[in-house]
Amino acid sequence: MDAFSQSFALAVALIGGGDAMLWQIVGLSLRVSGSACAIGAGFGLLAGAWLAVARFPGHALVVGMLNTLLALPSVVVGLVVYLMLSRSGPLGSWGILFTPAAMVVAQSILVVPLIAALARQVVADALREGGDELQAMGAGRLLSALLLLLHERRAVATLLLTAFGRAVAEVGAVMIVGGNIAGVTRVMTTAIALETSKGDLPLALALGLVLLGVVALINLAVGLTQRRAPTPGLAGGWAG
Amino acid sequence: MNAVVPVLAPAAPLPDALISLHEASLRFGEVTALDRVTLTLRRAERVALVGANGSGKTSLLRLLNGLVAASAGRRSVHPVDGAPPVSTMLFQRPFLLHLSVLNNLRLALWLAGVAAAERGERCRDALARVGLAALAQRPARALSGGQQQRLALARAWAVRPDILFLDEPTASLDPSAKREVEALIDEFGDAGMTLVMSSHNLGQVRRLARRVLYLDAGRLLADRRSDDFFDRNDLPTEAARFLKGELPWN
Repeated sequence: MDAFSQSFALAVALIGGGDAMLWQIVGLSLRVSGSACAIGAGFGLLAGAWLAVARFPGHALVVGMLNTLLALPSVVVGLVVYLMLSRSGPLGSWGILFTPAAMVVAQSILVVPLIAALARQVVADALREGGDELQAMGAGRLLSALLLLLHERRAVATLLLTAFGRAVAEVGAVMIVGGNIAGVTRVMTTAIALETSKGDLPLALALGLVLLGVVALINLAVGLTQRRAPTPGLAGGWAG
Repeated sequence: MNAVVPVLAPAAPLPDALISLHEASLRFGEVTALDRVTLTLRRAERVALVGANGSGKTSLLRLLNGLVAASAGRRSVHPVDGAPPVSTMLFQRPFLLHLSVLNNLRLALWLAGVAAAERGERCRDALARVGLAALAQRPARALSGGQQQRLALARAWAVRPDILFLDEPTASLDPSAKREVEALIDEFGDAGMTLVMSSHNLGQVRRLARRVLYLDAGRLLADRRSDDFFDRNDLPTEAARFLKGELPWN
């Protein structure tokens, strides 16, 4: 219990003390994971919508593979991206290894399957309710799927939060492609791993609490935004 | 495969064919939803599809509207002023997006290819016609069941279709909402829109339809003028038993 209470006190002190290094790390974590989610959303939502309506030989196999990729180990992603971006790799000329850009690439690859798989399911469920009617109104299949993503924007917001949670909490990929360089590529999770390896467990735990607090704040912000949007059964003034 | 029973006393031929089916069948795996159906829809007709649950009414509506392709036979679309007839479909439970009433209408018009400049006027006209003008900014899903169906009718009206398909449009409504929606459908028919409606409500069929198609196990067993269907006693056995409420459970 001592370690936990000490960690909690330390977390409060870190936040309250306005430690510049801490906020730099928090800021970088949010920027990297936020960018990865934005890029992942672009690809993942489109891929998920398309997979929900596309019919082609091997469709079930592709969906099965996509669902398998939900368990993609972040270390493996990190390793593959490292090999691609290393000087001798096919994308070595980009020169972004050990930069935040490389971390964004790795996390984007990590979240695309998650966003695509969940979006496919959201659209498939919504298609059962409204697919025929949208088609009867003249929408093609892909357009119907995209409209249903708009229709199910709350579920989409939740799945994007899930993807953000996965990105911001992973350590393997960013450690490999970022290198955990202080002030350059050090993010919350790599800082926690570093403090743990140094044996400073209270500080590591405190950083973990700060990370949880940051994610909780983001969840709260998204939740409040959703509450302000119109909901079935509630009168409101959303004019679109 | 069931044999096709000859259609008795077909409705009097009308000009202006819009959509025809010729020996059209619809199969889903081993299940035959429609079996060699032949019929023609014409401009300004009011057609009701009746039959027991699972007789193929919804499948026929979907086939006529082009939402599914015939497994066998042919569906022909006859141009109106050089273009295919515009059709839309109203479902038992309308699907409305999590958008305002007005934006649901705008979306329907955008999907129908209506020019942006025309959309505002059409929305106002359609909402006024169904009595929802005051609720234009409300979330569509916050409306009552009857209001949602009226919005779906406004959506159909705004598109100005040649044919409106209605799949049991009042089945899930209370009597008051049922009357309102029925009155609107009647107005649409009076305005010259071709109505093709499935219904279990025979009173409603009598009130709204001029032509009745009776389906049994995917076969079109009767295609008659409404008064002939209800008042003459020479219906096929299955149709006569259906009218008397004597069909057995399947």
